[in-house]
Amino acid sequence: MTIRINGTDYDPPEDARVSLLDLLRDRLQLTGTKVGCNQGACGACTVLIDGRRVLSCLTLAAQADGRKVTTIEGLGADGLHPLQAAFLEHDGLQCGYCTPGQICAAAAMLVEAEAGMPSYVTADLTAPVTLSRDEVRERMSGNLCRCGAHNGIVDAILSVAQERAA
Amino acid sequence: MSRVQNVIVGTARSALSWVPAQWLPGGTPDPLIGRHGEIGRQASRIDGEIKVRGEARFAAEVAMDGLCYATLVHSTIARGRIARLDSTAAETAPGVLLVVTHRNMPKVASPSLVSMSDPTAVGNSDLPILQDDRVHYNGQVVAAVVAATQEQADHAATLIAIDYEAAQAETRFGQAKSGARIIPSLLIERNHLSFGKAERELARAPHRVDNLYRTQWQNHNAIELHALTAAWVGDRLTVHDTTQMIAGEAAALAKAFGIPRDQVQVLSPFVGGGFGGKGMWDHQIVAVAAARMVGRPLRLQLSRESVYRIVGGRSATEQRVAIGADADGCFTALLHDGWSVMPPYGACPEAYTLGTRSAYRAKSFEILQRHIDIAVVPNTFMRAPGEAIGTFALESAVDELAHNLAMDPVELRLRNMPDKHPITGAPFSQHAQDQAWRDGAARFGWEQRAAKPGTRREGEWRIGMGCGGGSFPYVRMPGAAVRLTVRRDGTATLACSGQEMGMGTATVVVQQVADRLGLPLSAVTVEIGDSALPAAPMAGGSSQTVSIAAAVLAAAEKLPAELLRLAGNSSPLSGLRAGEVRMEGEGLASASEPARRETFRAILSRANLEEVSVTASGTPPLEMLKFAMHSTAAMFCELRVSDVTGEIRVDRLLGSFDCGTILNPRTAASQFRGGMIMGLGLALTEETLLDERSGRIMNPTLADYHVPVHMDVPQIDVIWTDIPDPRSPLGARGIGEIGITGIAGAVANAVFNATGKRVRDLPITLDKLL
Repeated sequence: MTIRINGTDYDPPEDARVSLLDLLRDRLQLTGTKVGCNQGACGACTVLIDGRRVLSCLTLAAQADGRKVTTIEGLGADGLHPLQAAFLEHDGLQCGYCTPGQICAAAAMLVEAEAGMPSYVTADLTAPVTLSRDEVRERMSGNLCRCGAHNGIVDAILSVAQERAA
Repeated sequence: MSRVQNVIVGTARSALSWVPAQWLPGGTPDPLIGRHGEIGRQASRIDGEIKVRGEARFAAEVAMDGLCYATLVHSTIARGRIARLDSTAAETAPGVLLVVTHRNMPKVASPSLVSMSDPTAVGNSDLPILQDDRVHYNGQVVAAVVAATQEQADHAATLIAIDYEAAQAETRFGQAKSGARIIPSLLIERNHLSFGKAERELARAPHRVDNLYRTQWQNHNAIELHALTAAWVGDRLTVHDTTQMIAGEAAALAKAFGIPRDQVQVLSPFVGGGFGGKGMWDHQIVAVAAARMVGRPLRLQLSRESVYRIVGGRSATEQRVAIGADADGCFTALLHDGWSVMPPYGACPEAYTLGTRSAYRAKSFEILQRHIDIAVVPNTFMRAPGEAIGTFALESAVDELAHNLAMDPVELRLRNMPDKHPITGAPFSQHAQDQAWRDGAARFGWEQRAAKPGTRREGEWRIGMGCGGGSFPYVRMPGAAVRLTVRRDGTATLACSGQEMGMGTATVVVQQVADRLGLPLSAVTVEIGDSALPAAPMAGGSSQTVSIAAAVLAAAEKLPAELLRLAGNSSPLSGLRAGEVRMEGEGLASASEPARRETFRAILSRANLEEVSVTASGTPPLEMLKFAMHSTAAMFCELRVSDVTGEIRVDRLLGSFDCGTILNPRTAASQFRGGMIMGLGLALTEETLLDERSGRIMNPTLADYHVPVHMDVPQIDVIWTDIPDPRSPLGARGIGEIGITGIAGAVANAVFNATGKRVRDLPITLDKLL
């Protein structure tokens, strides 16, 4: 079995304790995925597995066996992803450390919303989701930012959501 | 922080008060002030694209052959000694290369404590590092394990068995107050200030407030963990670190390990957030020593818990603020004193009274800070150390006084705006906080505030508005050096060891070099983050940008002479002296006959040179001793408080700033907002919980320490006066810390306006409102 990361197949690590995060960062030098807490509290390590957002620090590498992992490096492999461009446009970053996790989380979050998944602030659980500012803030609250780029991050995500809806 | 220093600073100030301003730096305003160029434009971050792509390399991301990994073990008692340490199981665990304890750690002197007079003194603690069996605080490093992989090191660290012999230690803030000491000075300011008879004025004032305010322990919590990758080759040391003090750290490591300064290179091109926390702590010494012991490159990335255990945060404080006022609301007495922690092995005085000295005019002042010693990890500088929490106390007190006087709180502040430094009498270099207040109030819709607290409701929610002022001193660090290189291909590079932590430092350096040299933005590059480059000061005190700017100005003044020398007799510039030319249009031009000009390309081509470089340092920062120089702010907050749960939701926040020239509105707005958001955390959610029985931090995780998340952060409006400061390079003052200054007061005052309840104890959690 193999783990497909950004289109390339890799063997799972021999040490069963290795997290997906440490596989990416320490073994494969895919250091775009960041580490902030190693306990699922900050979101810096967010990657996509089969298109859904997961915290790679809480995922053993072995759990990704046979699945498709997309990291920030894969997201922008064919030129800047619209979210990456929007983060630049809206200055949705300062130090840049939480940024890859924010972008990966946002990519999956847009798909979740388009699939009609409600959030804590969704008023009508059965209607299609419209991504308001509050919806984006709520859905992105698992990704911490300490520099305080929150406004720019939400603006960036909303601009991409609006483009996709148009 | 000595009495001698008070005398020196005091003497320099009084001497400078007699020196004509035009003789001092900034005596002639910087020619770039008011000129339309790249400065003032919204240039995008030059490192933005590699950051959104995940390609910016941080300290723990440098690949090296044979790299090994370390993990720290921390003490579980506050004070005492290690009675037994058994590392046998750890040493024989798979992959383990080395266990470092006080028994085998090489002799290393701890770095000297941070000092205003020695830029190479960068230590946050001067306790011995693994040098003996003694424990000084709960969480101190007592061992480190090095292994081939991180997993192996982490596991082996759990196998180390330690028995302690605990000693008596004071770990209670309240108990330690009786043994408080009084230090002579706070940074470069005198600690105790007594001006007029403030207690007497307070007692006879027709209106007064006199209250105690408490603020909590806090931690910086940059999302990037502290981490370094260290490699020795013979006696040469390379350290990839995440640090706010590249040059200082290189010097400190050279000293600690007994090697020449030029054999140490510290690289830190990107820092994943610092906020004062990314300085010199024990882990760098342990990692560098361990790398030398194992003879392999080594990475030590602290766990989040380790960061809490050995990297101190902001001290808790207890502050008294008393204000006396006459019938018109004019202050007759302003008293600010209190307690904060500074163990004898630490260096941060948490100067919460500094901002009070220049905030308002008053007939009398009495100001004094006392420092207590408890057995804790040494507290340190955290974004706007002092000012962030001092303004909570002061601005709450002003609001309480306004309420007693039945006067609008903005009006009360305007009535007490100083027109010169209220205590020293020094003239302000530029001060338009009154305009910041008026502009902010108008834009925020302050007139909609209900004067009577607890009267605006929407369902279960009570709505309130509050405001708070902020003041943060201008600091320019001495000794900043830069190298400016102009090349034959028409490009230029500015190099210095400066730090980019997300402030936009590198971006605004490029903008100013473009303007100084008359080059397009695209022709300018910057090299920073490397101790091999000319030494920039640390990133701290909101000082880095102006410190570098003064050095860039000095380099740009030196460059024309070099170019004229190279231009020779066949140049149209021949015969002109350096003072007679300007740099514009990608070259030099005669100031009086602009048609006489030549490009850098042409000059260097004729001279057959690839490039020309000058190295220069900024002038001594005498302007900050002659003038009162402060960034100021007026903060406005609207929030709602649930009657049912006590939950607070901040709906609107506005910061109105007077900080001199804003060099890049895009990155500046982000920096202001960032400070304001950290202020929301201070006001409402953040607290490092210290178990006062054991001195142990009980919530060393991002799950239990609550930094504001997206849902806590409203849309934040920021505006500024954009009036240049005629005394500073580029007309700029610091903007990194003023954003957090005044926010906690504005929030607390809005809570009072919403509920009628005055909370004087941060953070304002919902239990305090039920």
